Amino acid sequence: MIQTENLTRRFGDVLAVDRLTLSVTPGEIFGFLGPNGAGKTTTIRMLAGLIAPTSGTATVAGCRLGRDDSTLRRRIGVLTETPGLYDGLSAESNLAFFAQLYGVADAASAVGQYLRWLGLWDRRAEPAGTFSKGMRQKLAIARALLHEPQVLFLDEPTSGLDPEAAHLVRDFIAELRREGRTIFLCTHNLDEADRLCDRIGVFRQRLLALDSPAALRRQLFGRTVVVHLRALAPEHAEAAGRLPFVREVRQVDGKLLVSLEDPEAHNPDLIRALVGAGADVQFVGELRQSLEDVYLRLVGGAAPGTAAEAGRPR
Amino acid sequence: MKAVWVIVRKEWREVFRNRMVFFTVAFLPLLFTALPIAILAATRNSVSTGDFSTLDLPEGYQALCGGLTGAACAQYALVSQFMILFMMIPLIIPVTIASYSIVGEKITRTLEPLLATPVSTLQLLGGKALAAVLPAVAAAWGGFAVFAVGARLVAIGPEVLARLVDPLWLMAIFVLGPLLSLASVAAAVMVSSRSTDPRAAEQVAMVVIVPLLGLFFGQIAGLFVLNAQLIAWMAGVLAVVDVGLMAFAVSLFQRETILTRWR
Repeated sequence: MIQTENLTRRFGDVLAVDRLTLSVTPGEIFGFLGPNGAGKTTTIRMLAGLIAPTSGTATVAGCRLGRDDSTLRRRIGVLTETPGLYDGLSAESNLAFFAQLYGVADAASAVGQYLRWLGLWDRRAEPAGTFSKGMRQKLAIARALLHEPQVLFLDEPTSGLDPEAAHLVRDFIAELRREGRTIFLCTHNLDEADRLCDRIGVFRQRLLALDSPAALRRQLFGRTVVVHLRALAPEHAEAAGRLPFVREVRQVDGKLLVSLEDPEAHNPDLIRALVGAGADVQFVGELRQSLEDVYLRLVGGAAPGTAAEAGRPR
Repeated sequence: MKAVWVIVRKEWREVFRNRMVFFTVAFLPLLFTALPIAILAATRNSVSTGDFSTLDLPEGYQALCGGLTGAACAQYALVSQFMILFMMIPLIIPVTIASYSIVGEKITRTLEPLLATPVSTLQLLGGKALAAVLPAVAAAWGGFAVFAVGARLVAIGPEVLARLVDPLWLMAIFVLGPLLSLASVAAAVMVSSRSTDPRAAEQVAMVVIVPLLGLFFGQIAGLFVLNAQLIAWMAGVLAVVDVGLMAFAVSLFQRETILTRWR
């Protein structure tokens, strides 16, 4: 549904997007993660046919960028970073205006359908300027969906929302996934990306990593087993370290963190070796690295107090 | 064309909620229509009963008045001083509407969602330009009609009224007016692209009124008389200037430029 090949954009001497090559399949929710100023919004603007790439090509919803951008814009929906609603116009008028610009056949019916779906029907005649942030965001998402686009670009859809409103918007995005829409989601909320996205791309001017959240965790951190012992001694770590399948052993907060390829196959041998070294094993579990750990490692820094920090050798 | 009208209707619903815009669009034509009628009413006795000869008037009026009597020519000369007011209306109103419309969209960040629609930039600019030009031209033409009727009722004779529909006035009101409106919209687009305050944009774009003020005061001072030939020249030059200004405005109103260079 989205394919880019060496997509590049420069602003004078500044390289905003560097040779982005990726493919997003129909019905996929693709998370596009990166720090502020990484070039995410520029990428969305290029893929939406709003600004031209400096070099490279892309095809979105069957349209090649720069060839028929008007058709492209008809096939996609864009939720911009800010809702961008006409505050003086009612919710209904805001949506009706865009429905007409998109050439929606029965604009009034489409507007009514989305207002009801989003629970805004009772307030349809009220100016958008009187709405809460969550309601404005929902209205903006409805605006992006009115013409039933094949691809939806969502730029920070839950940014600045309170937890309840953010939850509503996330539920809405999950609902869109069930409808089979292709969604390109830019977000800073890593938990949101972890829960919603089939795959994520970590981006900072260029694509740093691209895979499912689980695969990225495995690639970067392997799988780590946490062994709680009654009393941790150096010989326990040495016994574990001698095993051929163990990649790394760390002692953190009285626990043993053991990185290995295949815990299901190797845990029995590991526990036998520890017991053989005199360890009293209390619990064994798997340490789940958060997507935040993955992200921070990729973009170049780990914040204090994260699992990555706790896992550092002491 | 449908998209253009959709934009025009939205613009009107949006900008006329702003009191400053509404005040300008409603009050300015009223003022510029009432003022000359009031002056004519106040001076009607001196002009209509005075013993005027066309030789008492500036040289240009002798040719302009043609067969009019001295008193009628004096009335016509007085009425002609106000012609430029009816050219100011289509110049001032579009600046106000377009400034509030474009800078307003920048402030509320509504331009990007608008640019993400399939509408072409020409349709977008056309919608915004028409939304600014149509009320201005309608106000100028309506004001002129009210002025002609009002002037006839309070002061001028039928032979002077007939002069208000001669080629000079028709060209000034119906040709020069819309051309001035276009120039003013182009100026507003250019200034708005660099402004984040609609009032500041409006004030800077009002520079377009300066040449017209020069004409107004020049005519009052007797430096020249607006005649059909001068108006035709002005229309020709303005048409060429408008093409250049609109081309520049269109180049500024591209998606790429708006999203990457407008501040």
